[in-house]
Amino acid sequence: MSDIYEALVKIVGKDYASNHHEERYFYGRDPGLMTPHEADYVVMPATTEEVQEIVKLANREKVPIVPKGAGLALTGLVIPLKGGIVMDMKRMDKILEVNENARYVVVEGGATHGALRDYLNKRHPNLRNSLPESPPITTIAANVVIHGQGRLTNQYGFNSDMVNGLEVVLPTGEVCKIGSCSVGPYWFSKGPPLPDLSGLFLGWLGTTGVLTKVGLKLYPKKRIKDLEIFVTDKEDLIPDIIFKITHTEMVEDLAIWAQERPLMFRGNYHINTFLTADSEGELEMKRKMVYDSVQEYVDSKDAGFMTMNLDMRRDFMDNPQKSMTAFADVRRGGGFEYAGPIIPLELYPECARKVAELAVKYRVVYGGSGRIIHGGHCMMFSFAYTFNRADLDEMDRARRALHEAAEFVADKGGLLWKPNIDEQKIMMERMDPNTLKLMTNIKKFLDPNGIMNPGNWEAK
Amino acid sequence: MQQQDYASQIHRCFRCGYCKFPTDYSSFNCPPYRRFRFDTYSTSGRLWLIYAWLKGEVEWSERLAEVLYTCTTCKNCTEQCPMKFAPDIVDWIVGARSDMVEKGRIPPRVAKFFEAVYGYGNPLKLLRSDRAAWANGTKMYAPGDEYLLYIGCLGSYDENGQKMAKALVNVLDVAGISFGILGSDEECCGNEIYMLGEMGLFQTLVEKNNQKFKELGVKKIITLSPHAYNVMKNRYPALGANFEVYHYTQLLKDLLKENKVKISPNKAKVTYQDPCFLGRYNKIYEEPRQILRSIPGLELVEMEKNRADAFCCGGGSGNFIMDLLAGGEDSPARVRAREAYATGADTLAVACPSCMTMFTDAVKSEDLDGKLAVKDISQIVSESLL
Amino acid sequence: MPELKFDKAKCDDCKAVSCLVKCQYIDLDKTKAKKEWQKVINGQDSFVLKACVTCYACEEYCTFGNHPLYMIVERQEEKGILPQSRPITKQAINMTTAQGKFLVGKPEKTALSFCAIPRLYTLASGKLFENVLPSWVLGTEFFCQAMFLHFARMSVITENLPKIIDNIWNQGIREVIFLHDECYGTFTKLAPAYGIEVPFKSIHYFEHIYKRLKELGHEIKPLNVKAAYHRNCSARLVPETDHFVDDIFGLIGVERVKREYDHENALCCGGLLLTSFGYDKGHDVQKRNIDDMVKFGAEYCVFNCPACWDPLAEKVARRGIKPIHIIDLCKLAIGEKQAVEVTV
Repeated sequence: MSDIYEALVKIVGKDYASNHHEERYFYGRDPGLMTPHEADYVVMPATTEEVQEIVKLANREKVPIVPKGAGLALTGLVIPLKGGIVMDMKRMDKILEVNENARYVVVEGGATHGALRDYLNKRHPNLRNSLPESPPITTIAANVVIHGQGRLTNQYGFNSDMVNGLEVVLPTGEVCKIGSCSVGPYWFSKGPPLPDLSGLFLGWLGTTGVLTKVGLKLYPKKRIKDLEIFVTDKEDLIPDIIFKITHTEMVEDLAIWAQERPLMFRGNYHINTFLTADSEGELEMKRKMVYDSVQEYVDSKDAGFMTMNLDMRRDFMDNPQKSMTAFADVRRGGGFEYAGPIIPLELYPECARKVAELAVKYRVVYGGSGRIIHGGHCMMFSFAYTFNRADLDEMDRARRALHEAAEFVADKGGLLWKPNIDEQKIMMERMDPNTLKLMTNIKKFLDPNGIMNPGNWEAK
Repeated sequence: MQQQDYASQIHRCFRCGYCKFPTDYSSFNCPPYRRFRFDTYSTSGRLWLIYAWLKGEVEWSERLAEVLYTCTTCKNCTEQCPMKFAPDIVDWIVGARSDMVEKGRIPPRVAKFFEAVYGYGNPLKLLRSDRAAWANGTKMYAPGDEYLLYIGCLGSYDENGQKMAKALVNVLDVAGISFGILGSDEECCGNEIYMLGEMGLFQTLVEKNNQKFKELGVKKIITLSPHAYNVMKNRYPALGANFEVYHYTQLLKDLLKENKVKISPNKAKVTYQDPCFLGRYNKIYEEPRQILRSIPGLELVEMEKNRADAFCCGGGSGNFIMDLLAGGEDSPARVRAREAYATGADTLAVACPSCMTMFTDAVKSEDLDGKLAVKDISQIVSESLL
Repeated sequence: MPELKFDKAKCDDCKAVSCLVKCQYIDLDKTKAKKEWQKVINGQDSFVLKACVTCYACEEYCTFGNHPLYMIVERQEEKGILPQSRPITKQAINMTTAQGKFLVGKPEKTALSFCAIPRLYTLASGKLFENVLPSWVLGTEFFCQAMFLHFARMSVITENLPKIIDNIWNQGIREVIFLHDECYGTFTKLAPAYGIEVPFKSIHYFEHIYKRLKELGHEIKPLNVKAAYHRNCSARLVPETDHFVDDIFGLIGVERVKREYDHENALCCGGLLLTSFGYDKGHDVQKRNIDDMVKFGAEYCVFNCPACWDPLAEKVARRGIKPIHIIDLCKLAIGEKQAVEVTV
């Protein structure tokens, strides 16, 4: 085994390879609830070539590799379930190119959303990307690999829909370009009009290759931002409210949330409606359209827009939203995990009731939130439970609540997003057998030695 | 911070990673993370490993020690952490260090630091009798003097620190300020000793200092170093101190404003490094800038990360001696020297002898000698006196 | 349950029916107004009860002090009419439910009350308040309850008010400087209207600031600016305090521009109109108000109420007028910094 360490040192240098217990311990965990498993090595490559060499080494030695960004999916996707090498991608953090006219950026596989946000603010202030609410250390590559969502998801879909091309190191060590960049110098398409090969990597949780470059669509950044929060106490009304608001096609992002604390939020469902505009006129036009779209609910007194103080509004409009991360400390215990199934809107009311019901059943504190995807074609519903890391019983209860939530949603036909291995099994059990066979064959073809993040997407 | 406090709280870190960044997320702002890049070297890594050590899941090792002691306690993490416990983070780290000191689990460099302060009264292990060698006839403090000028270990013994001390003495003399120094009677302030967790030695130092100040009837202290300012302002009172303390920039700002010293034009283009113990610790951001702006002809330009987002020089927690973050172009001082140079400034102004030491070396390593001067504010003012 | 001291005969004899005739949101001549008002006071259904936007103006318009606003609120509650939506009403109740956590400085005989508005704590600093600080109280335990006039919940007000009074009294406070009209109005007007005894003395913060400015006269540098005063709804509860605005402005060199929507004709900030009556109604009121400020050359829009600040301050700023709370305006005049700002 020490040969592997020496080989890693030879590839990346002594400073960036570790077999110390401290790194093996820390990289064997994430902040969620999944059982840890220590890595054997942790390595931090700086170039695609170094990634290739590491992957080839892993193939030779039949040692697992787990590529890692920040580990903030919270579902154990970066835990090396079978040991091996955890490859921390964050040294590959360059922002390589911005094409303003075509509105895209190309970044390295460890570049963070925070760095991109700052880069665009300073150098391309009329462009933006779809920033998730997760902390700014979240890497762009990992976020698209798990089909993450962000502040533009209502308008443009999953963050993975915004991919414009990839450079991937295949599990066998070859470097492969995906999309228009495979033919020419531009990164304007991840597939169309050619066969869309990005589907071999996006959503596979790092089991089919290592993303070393990502091309990402950028979008117009407007001068003025504002937020309206529409509040109802009847969850059954939410699907229709969302349907009406999305009909206006005027809203940048739509998020729904419900929580027990602080007390002022208890018992209500809040719909955050983000508006952007380049002028007052545009803003007010959009605002009026949104208001008018739900006037019937205002007239019936079933719902109303919330007045909020400017500090609260600033917190909500902050992107990423720091206050969302603070949910982890509600139990003064540094932990939360969420199952975020993707569901059709009509399932919202049941999920909204379920998240609260499970919180009571398992005696855990919940946050139930959701994000509308691409105009309401579907949404992400988050069953989030916070826990005290020093209370093993509470962690277990949170785990069981999440499992029951996953089963519940899967039975209803929802899809489990960024699934932990438990949830992957739930999905695979319900999957069409030919679909599952296809997935298995693709994995086998791309990763014949089974080294890429093994344990994930493994059908029995 | 009681040991029990940190042990019962440290599990609350969510490892969200906000602690790695400044406010605009432009680059990494945690010195050991920037230097080493393993997540273990960030604040969250450190806190998780301390918790693991407490639970017996990770044993003491040189690696763990390195993770723990490369934290310069710069407080960027406190500034950025979204959790309610953010103000306690550095206390937790200090608490863990203190726990380890009690158990005798400290790395050799840290042990040597303690031994030097214990035996010689300074971490450089130089003779007590030489503490005032720089002073060159500077007046000793006598009862009735308005201020005690507290020089500190680096100001007394380090070559660059001594230049700072002399410059400041010159300015105060010209301004007619009533002050004196303690010379070789001066005791280490204990800030680094506290940050490194040697609470027994810290208490001894504070008691000695407090006693001395009391005997001399000291009512007001000016410090050269923000480290001394910080510990005397925030830690000494709980152990019986009864004096006002100022960092010298607070005084100089008023001296210039009130025309107590006359300044000639100085056509330097200057950028300013906010020292952690003045800035993030004590929220003193504007006084040094006001001094620089009041010098005719001087152009002040800001680094992108400034004030609460300033990137630490890497010298805190005794690292100006122990240098655990040294080596390579990712050492914090070199990174920051490059950032300073990128502003187009010809001078990097500091207000701290630790920053002075770290940047003087960094500028050399970056081949910026002759292109970027490193000067303390006291030196800039002293050079500009009419 | 305390009962409103309402004199029906006054309304029966009233010829002007100013409460409804002058209402800026309902269009009624005297005849129709009389008819509708009789329905209200007799407990019958009237469209007025649903059309009322709860701007409090009728309380000022009534020349007999016969509390038309309180009567409307009572009738709304009796009939289950919600001026605000049901979930927003729930939110308001949840937000202000006492939690048993007493947030206090070092209360003495004279104390500042920030009600349940943390922003007032932020505003109340510096020389204007140094003679009282740190004697203050804040939080739901000291919440004046008047906000429920917007929510048709007079029962909540009258039920909770005695406890609030006790909470203040039990801190040893005998004289309270209230930093909000609703608080001052509650303890000087609403409580007596329901026969609820208020044992401590109530002082409006305008009066306090005015006195302090006179004491600090030598430190005042006149601002020499023109300002539109945005008169909030709760100012209607205590119109006798309006002169202080002119008195204070006079001391600090501010001209209160003579615009259409000031004094009795002041417009609501539109916050609750937007949330509960729809975009057009709320937007119209805000637009007219701000257009008016612009038309009369205001450089500042001076606020008295933090709740008006949130829906209006940024909109004002986008029209090139600086929003500022009156406390902050006074701070500027004595060389202190503005504590609460917006950036657009």
